[in-house]
Amino acid sequence: MHAIAEHIQAKFPNGFVKADEWRGDLAITVTREALHDVCQFLREDPAMDCDYMVHVSSVDWPDEDERFEVVYEVQSIRKRHRVRIKARVPEHDCIVDSMVDLWKGAEFMEREVFDMMGIRFANHPDLRRILMPDDYPEGYPLRKDFPLQGKGWRDTFDFLDDPA
Amino acid sequence: MGLVQIGKPDKDGDLGIVTLTLEKAVNWARKGSLWPMTFGLACCAIEMIAAVSARYDIDRYGAGVFRGSPRQSDLMIVSGTVCRRMAPVIRKVYDQMPEPKYVISMGSCATSGNIYDSYSVVQGVDRFVPVDIYVPGCPPTPEALFDGILKLQDRIMQKRVFTKQPDQVKV
Repeated sequence: MHAIAEHIQAKFPNGFVKADEWRGDLAITVTREALHDVCQFLREDPAMDCDYMVHVSSVDWPDEDERFEVVYEVQSIRKRHRVRIKARVPEHDCIVDSMVDLWKGAEFMEREVFDMMGIRFANHPDLRRILMPDDYPEGYPLRKDFPLQGKGWRDTFDFLDDPA
Repeated sequence: MGLVQIGKPDKDGDLGIVTLTLEKAVNWARKGSLWPMTFGLACCAIEMIAAVSARYDIDRYGAGVFRGSPRQSDLMIVSGTVCRRMAPVIRKVYDQMPEPKYVISMGSCATSGNIYDSYSVVQGVDRFVPVDIYVPGCPPTPEALFDGILKLQDRIMQKRVFTKQPDQVKV
């Protein structure tokens, strides 16, 4: 196992779920409860020193119990290593802790995940939609059960005097 | 003495008076000074920018004075993918343009949505603004855009200026 993964497993024995490595990419899956602590460790520990939040994304696994997966990718600019942190959340309670207090750059990316997948972020300072309009009525477009062509919004032009 | 009189043979005869209809004169003036609205939405805009550049020189058709304000424009070239969230903006810009105004739908995306048959992409800008000329291509070359402009100029020349026309088809 990768040294960073071993480090995290030793430090968070309860939160650690598994570590995958594929073609040099290290991905560590942790529990949702431990997510913020693990990230704080990666951010603040001098040996980890992950000062750069690369991206926040999410995956929909529609057939699995814990349906959604939130993916954080962090990097250390000085130490030149990169870690991917994943956490699973179920559909009926899809909320994880926000990382905005650790990396300010996570703010818009978490808003995008909320906008597209409907995962909420606790303690986020401004959790609104970011790509779709605030009053977008159709739900979360990147979920697997969302129809590809939407539910009619793209064809309604309510700003016209005489919407067809 | 010894001077070459350029164009002399063409100027034989009295050309002091040119006769044409006022309508034709107005249309000629309109087609020769199509000021486009700067409205690039996606990669087609790069081709539109290339069309303006020295190599292609859109100014040859009098359509090179790109304006930053719709209030000074005659022509809106919608170049690129039209997202639904952009649609009210495009309509607002179109409404702010003074008459007479023309719209060129540049590229497959603006014309039909192209491959983007998704929840967020409008399937053709003609769903909410009237389009005069459709330019196909993904993206169209500058030459294709010029062809569209020339076709639009032909169309402008056919317009009736002083006689009542049937109301424009509502979109």
